[in-house]
Amino acid sequence: MADRKRPLLPFALIALAVLAVLAFAAGDAATAWAQSSTYPQTTLEPKSEVARAIDNVLDGIVIWVIIIFVVVQAALVFTVARFRQRPGGAPARHMHGNTTLEIAWTLAPAIILAFIAVPTVKAIFANAKPTKGDVTVRVVGHQWWWEFQYPGMGILTANELHVPVGKTVALELESVDVIHSFWVPAFAGKKDLIPGRTNHLWFTPEETGTFAGQCAEFCGASHANMYFKVVVQTQEEFDAWAAQQKAPVAAPDSASLAARGLAIYQKGQCVACHMIDGVSYGVVGPNLGKVSTRATIAAGMFPNDDENLAAWIRNAPALKPGSLMTRQDQLSDEDIAALVAYLRTRR
Amino acid sequence: MATTVAAAPTHAEHAKSGLWSWVTTVDHKRIAILYFFTALGFFFLGGFEALLIRLQLAHAGAHVVTAQQYNALFTMHATTMIFLALMPMSVAFFNYIIPLQLGARDVAFPRLNAFSYWVFLFGGIFMNISFLMNAAPDGGWYGYATLTGKAFSPTHSIDFWAVGLQILGIASLAGAFNFITTIINLRAPGLGFMRLPVFTWMTLVTSFLIILAFPVITVALIELMFDRLSPVPTNFFNVAKGGDPLLWQHLFWVFGHPEVYILILPAMGIISEVLPTFSGKPLFGYAFVVYSGMFIGFMGWGVWSHHMFTVGLGPLGDTFFSLATMLIAIPTGVKIFNWIGTMWGGAIRLTTSMWFAIGFISMFIIGGLSGIMHSSPPADTQQNDTYFVVAHIHYVLFGGTMLGLIAGIYYWFPKVTGRFMSEKLGKWHFWSTIISMNLTFFPMHFSGLLGMPRRVYTYQKGMGFELYNQMSTAGALLLAVSLLIFLHNLTRSIRKGDPAPANPWNGATLEWATATSPPPEFNFQKIPTVKSLDPLWHQEGPKGHKIDVGGTDGRGIHMPNPSYWPMFTALGMTVMMAGLIFGFGLGIPGGLLFVYSFYRWALEPAS
Repeated sequence: MADRKRPLLPFALIALAVLAVLAFAAGDAATAWAQSSTYPQTTLEPKSEVARAIDNVLDGIVIWVIIIFVVVQAALVFTVARFRQRPGGAPARHMHGNTTLEIAWTLAPAIILAFIAVPTVKAIFANAKPTKGDVTVRVVGHQWWWEFQYPGMGILTANELHVPVGKTVALELESVDVIHSFWVPAFAGKKDLIPGRTNHLWFTPEETGTFAGQCAEFCGASHANMYFKVVVQTQEEFDAWAAQQKAPVAAPDSASLAARGLAIYQKGQCVACHMIDGVSYGVVGPNLGKVSTRATIAAGMFPNDDENLAAWIRNAPALKPGSLMTRQDQLSDEDIAALVAYLRTRR
Repeated sequence: MATTVAAAPTHAEHAKSGLWSWVTTVDHKRIAILYFFTALGFFFLGGFEALLIRLQLAHAGAHVVTAQQYNALFTMHATTMIFLALMPMSVAFFNYIIPLQLGARDVAFPRLNAFSYWVFLFGGIFMNISFLMNAAPDGGWYGYATLTGKAFSPTHSIDFWAVGLQILGIASLAGAFNFITTIINLRAPGLGFMRLPVFTWMTLVTSFLIILAFPVITVALIELMFDRLSPVPTNFFNVAKGGDPLLWQHLFWVFGHPEVYILILPAMGIISEVLPTFSGKPLFGYAFVVYSGMFIGFMGWGVWSHHMFTVGLGPLGDTFFSLATMLIAIPTGVKIFNWIGTMWGGAIRLTTSMWFAIGFISMFIIGGLSGIMHSSPPADTQQNDTYFVVAHIHYVLFGGTMLGLIAGIYYWFPKVTGRFMSEKLGKWHFWSTIISMNLTFFPMHFSGLLGMPRRVYTYQKGMGFELYNQMSTAGALLLAVSLLIFLHNLTRSIRKGDPAPANPWNGATLEWATATSPPPEFNFQKIPTVKSLDPLWHQEGPKGHKIDVGGTDGRGIHMPNPSYWPMFTALGMTVMMAGLIFGFGLGIPGGLLFVYSFYRWALEPAS
C-alpha cells in the first residue's frame, strides 16, 4: 500500500493547490473587475440598499460555493489519482456502501443550504417591503423603448429616467405589448413588465451619475436595442430638470427652418404616433415634447446629434430592426433637415 | 410474413441490410441506431447554429447575421439541442440498452417503438423546414406569451414551433409508455426492482417524468394554437380580451423544469454504470442513488416558479420556490458523493469512457453550484436572463448531459458494433472537449454578472463584454474541432476498430451477458435468471450464480415481423398536423394516410 501511495500524493496535492488558487482567483478577479468603471452594467457594484442586500446574499453564497467547489473537485481529483489502476496495484475493494457516511453527506449539504436559505429569505422580505416613494414613476414598456411617466408632476419622457439622489423611487411597471424586464443592476434586480398587470419596484439611489439599464426579457426583433439610462441628480438638478420638462416651448419663428419642420411634422406621418403637447397626440412612439433634452435617441442606441437624428427619421428600421417607425422616403433631405431643426427647438 | 410450416427457418432472422430493412425494422437495437444517428445529425445542426451565434457575438455591433436571423438561431439552437439532440440521444440508449439490461428480447411494443422514431424524425424535419420557408421559430425556446401571439409574431414561425413540439411530444409520450411497460413487465426472472441497473432505474424515472410533464406542455401548446390558428381565435394569452400571459409561463415551466431532469437523469444513469465498471467495484450506495434519483424526479414538480422570480410572485411565493429548489441540491449532492465513493478504493481504469464520466462529475458540479447561486431569488433577480444563466444551463446540459452521453457512447460502442473506439483519439476528444467547453462557457459567468443579458443579437462597445465574448467564441470554434475528432473516431471505429468480445470491460449487468457483440437479433437465446445486483460479478464461488444465456442459433424464437405501417402512420400524422398551418390541402391527405396506416397496423399480425 505504502509504495503505491507515495508517487501519487504530490500529484494530488499539486492538483488540489491549483484548483484552490484558481477558484479563489476567479472570485477575487470578479470583485476586482467589477469595481472597474469599464463595466457600466455590472451587477457587482450596488448603488442602493436594495441592490446591496442582493449583493450581500450573493457574496455569502459565493463563499460557500467556492468552498464546496474546491473540496469536491479536490476529492474527485484525489480519488482518481489515488485509486488509478497500475500494474501490481491493489485490486478493487468491493463494498456496497456505508450508511453512516451516506447519512453524513446527506446532512452536510442540508446544513450548508440552511446558511444560504436564511439570508435569502431575509433579503426576499426586506426587498419586498412596500415603501412609499418620494418619487413615483410609471414605467411603460414598448417594443422597443421605455416610457417614463411622472404622475402628479405632469412629465412624460422616454428612455432616460431622472431621479433625485437619496430619495426613494417607486416604479409602477406596465407594458402595452409584450413582456419586458426593467433592469438597472446598480439599483435593483430585474422586475418584469407584464401586459395587463402592474408590478412594483423600489430603490433609493445613493450616488449621482448616469447608470446603465437594459431590457432583460426577450421581447422581439430589437430586444438587444432596448437600453435606458437612469440619471441620478441632486435635488436641485432634478427640480431644474423637472421644471424644464414642463416649461412651455415657443413656436418657431415663421420664417425659420424650424417652422418649416413644424409644418412637415404636422402634415406628415409623425403626428400619428408621436406626442408634442399642443401639436400632436399620438401615443405609439416616444413623446417628443422635450426630445432635445435627451442625450440619446432610439432607446439609447445613438447619441442625440443632428446627423443621427436625420438618419433615424430617414430610415429607422435600417438602424433598429423591426422598428415600428417606418422609413420616410417621401421626405427630401431638406425636409428632414427642417424636421431636425424643429425638434431641436423642443427642449 | 406468410407462415410456411414446412422448412421453417430456425428463427426469424430478418434482413439486416438495405434501406428498406431500416425503414421497416422493429428491432429495438436497430431503432436505437436510427435514433442515434438522427440525433447526432441534429446535434451537429444545433452546433452549427451555435457557431453562427458565437461569430455574431465576437464583436460589438457585428453583422454576421441580422437581428431576425439571430433570434431564429438561438430559438432553434435551444429547441434543436433539447428536443432533437439530447432527448433522442438518451432515447437511443434507452432503446439499445434497456431490453438488454432487463434480459428481454425487445421492448414491450416494438412497432410502437418504430412509430416513436419516425414521429421524431418527421417532427424534426417539419420544424426545420421552417428555415426554407423563411419562417424559422424566433420566440425563444420557452416562447413567452404575448410575444408568441399573432399580433407580435404574424408569420408562421411560432406555428412551426408549436405544431412541431406537439408532434415531437407524441414521439416522447409513446416512447415513455413503451419503456415503462417494458421495465415493469419484461424483467428477467429474479430481476427485482432493487436489482435493476441504475441506468434502467433512471430510464424508468425519466419515462414517468415524460408522461406526466408532456401533457402539460401539450395543453399550453393547444391553447397557443387555438389563439393563433383557430378561424375564430381564442384569447388564452390575449390580455385585451382577459387572457393572461403568466398562464403560459406557469404551464410551460411545470413542464420545463421536469424537462431539465428528463435531460439529466439518463446521463446520471449512464455514468452510474460506467463508474462501477471501470472502478472494478459496485456502485457505492446503490439504494441511495436510486432513491435520490426518484426524489429529484419528484421534487422537480415543485420548483417551476424558480424560473419566474422576476415576474412578481410576491415574497411568499419566492420563498417557497426558493427553498424547494435548494432542497434538490441535497439528493444531487448525495449522488456526487456516491459516485466519488464508487471510485474510492477501486482499481480505476482510465478509459475514454471513464474520463468522460469523471468529466461529467467535475463539470456538473460547476453547473450545480451556479444553480445554487440562482436558487436564491434576490441573487436570481440579477442573474436571470443574463449570460450567467446561459453558462449554468450549458454546464448542466453540455458538461452534464452531453458528457454523460459521450461516456455512454464510448462505453457501449463495443457492444453495439463489436468493435472498440480508438482510445488514442478518445483521449484527444476528451481533453479538447474539456478545455474548449470551459473556454466557451466559463467566461459567460462573467459576462452575465457584468450585465450582459441573454438573447441579444448584439451589444454596444463600452459595455466591457467583448473580451469574454471573444473567449467564448474561440472556445466554441475549438469545441467544433473536438466534435470533429469525435466524428472521425466514430466513423473510423465502426469500420476499422479493434474487434471486441462480448464483455470487453468486465461489466456487471446483463447487456454484457449476450453471447456476442453485437448481440444476436433476439438478444438472449435463453432468458437468464438473476439472483443478485451486478449479476455478472457474482458467478463464481459457493454463492455464485452462473448467468446462462444459451447459444446463438435462435432455435424456436420468433421475433416480431418488420412493418412499414408505423412509418406511414407517423408520416400521415405529421402531414395531417402540418395541415393545422397549411390547411385542408395537407390536412385531409395526411389524415387519410394516418387513419389507413393505423388501421393496417392494427390488423397486421405482430409475428
